[in-house]
Amino acid sequence: MSDLETAGVTAVENEASDGATSEIDPRPRTLVLNMGPQHPSTHGVLRLLLELDGETIVSAQPDIGYLHTGIEKEFEVKLYQQGVTLTDRIDYLAPLSNNLCYCLAVEKLLGLEIPPRAQWTRVMLTELTRLNSHLVWLGTHAIDIGAMSVFLYCFREREDILRIFEMFSGQRMMTSYFRIGGLALEPPRGWQQRVKSFIDIFPSRVDEYEELLTNNRIWIGRTQGVGRFPLEDMLDLGVTGPMLRAAGLKLDTRKTEPYSSYEKFAFEIPTRTENDVYARYLVRIEEMRQSARIIKQALEGMPEGRWTADAPHVVLPDRDRMKTQMEALIYHFKIVTEGFGVPAGEAYQVIESPRGEVGYYVVSDGTAKPYRVHVRGPSFGNLQAIPRMVEGTLIADVIASIGSMDFVLGDSDR
Amino acid sequence: MPVVAALAMAQPEAVVGGKSDRGEVTLEIAPERIVEVCRFLKEDQKFARVSTVTAVDWYPDEPRFEVVYHLHSPERNERLRLKCRLPGANPEMDSVTVVWRGANWYERETFDLFGITFRNHPNLKRIMLPEDWEGYPLRKDYPVTGDRV
Repeated sequence: MSDLETAGVTAVENEASDGATSEIDPRPRTLVLNMGPQHPSTHGVLRLLLELDGETIVSAQPDIGYLHTGIEKEFEVKLYQQGVTLTDRIDYLAPLSNNLCYCLAVEKLLGLEIPPRAQWTRVMLTELTRLNSHLVWLGTHAIDIGAMSVFLYCFREREDILRIFEMFSGQRMMTSYFRIGGLALEPPRGWQQRVKSFIDIFPSRVDEYEELLTNNRIWIGRTQGVGRFPLEDMLDLGVTGPMLRAAGLKLDTRKTEPYSSYEKFAFEIPTRTENDVYARYLVRIEEMRQSARIIKQALEGMPEGRWTADAPHVVLPDRDRMKTQMEALIYHFKIVTEGFGVPAGEAYQVIESPRGEVGYYVVSDGTAKPYRVHVRGPSFGNLQAIPRMVEGTLIADVIASIGSMDFVLGDSDR
Repeated sequence: MPVVAALAMAQPEAVVGGKSDRGEVTLEIAPERIVEVCRFLKEDQKFARVSTVTAVDWYPDEPRFEVVYHLHSPERNERLRLKCRLPGANPEMDSVTVVWRGANWYERETFDLFGITFRNHPNLKRIMLPEDWEGYPLRKDYPVTGDRV
């Protein structure tokens, strides 16, 4: 670049031609570029219409809906407990976060008390979900920007996490492990060793990612100062999660509106003030370290006791009790065939997913099926801010900018 | 001052009902006053965010639709739910995008799936479904399977 400048191929010529063209050239100067819906860096099916003036983006228009599957409608014909399986499929990188939010909303309507062991297991597994999601984000974000190897490191640890999920629930991704009233199954024998061997090594793995990226000159060059826009606009446009925290706002529902005993864990909410793609990277890296802290505390202090609430009309009875007790058999039959009624009313439960604020608005009319379930996916709110973030910037930075949002289209389109 | 008291004092005729249930406050607002109420809540009461906007269809009851706003004030660490009831025939109300730009896509989604029109919305068209889709899937008279009615 500096060679060109010294060679004199610089601003003078451009200025001259600029002045001339605005007078005599009536042709439109902008070009519309259609990016997606199958572009690899849109992580799903996001379509972006970019209006370009040279390499500068004049306007951007996200087009979503390609993954709309009518999940909110389907909730209305499922029993409450069956609805848990739909929540997995909303955000495929954070199924347990969505399980948890839905269960908490319905449990709020039912007025259920969840035993400490179930609450702590929920916290531990949702934090593992956060690690899982951040690892996929880091790997794919780095690939988008050109650093291939980070992806391989991240997926190595992600595999360990998925194996833990499989151990608990029998499933790697669509876990449905949290149920209304507690957990689907008792935590398996030997889970402590598996989680311990993972969490002992994980902080050093984060150091490895940081060695690859944090002081990497290409990484810094591609991310620092990119994708900035003011915090007021973020709040106004509905952005949540690590993006807000990288802009300096310490907003995390795990601290501000604690749920599922998060208030009993010691952890920090990392924030930065640079508000660029690099700051969002640093925030997520630090969040991984904090999640590891939480998992370690959950592992060491896991309470004893039941993993389901004492609510025989909601929670299926144990198999051995069914063989000896008439009531247990009757409850089992009733819950399986007709579900359980939920008192009429409405509840809005909010939790902090890896991507930001997840909200479930559940309306009950007293029957065994929800009258209405509305899902506030964090990706939907975040995607709305794309035009504000990329307009006026260079097209080469679009990939880095939208990558820093960490959206999941299933979460946005539902 | 609690937000409910402040709102009742500033705009008494806009609030037509309300309840506090399971620790969540719901206020029912007259639909024609929604923009004024929201502006007051944002500028005076520090509700900087709209968390989500959606609707509930109470078919065949009248008024059929409830438009539901979930507001959030990070500064006060409070949440508030607003509701507006709309008739089944030609449901229409003012858009709150003039207060929070973030309401844009949520109102579009509500329009798309419930067929509720938001006046003065900058870009009110379908967001989830194709533009030539007929009907509004989240209405209760829209079947889950089979042919559209």
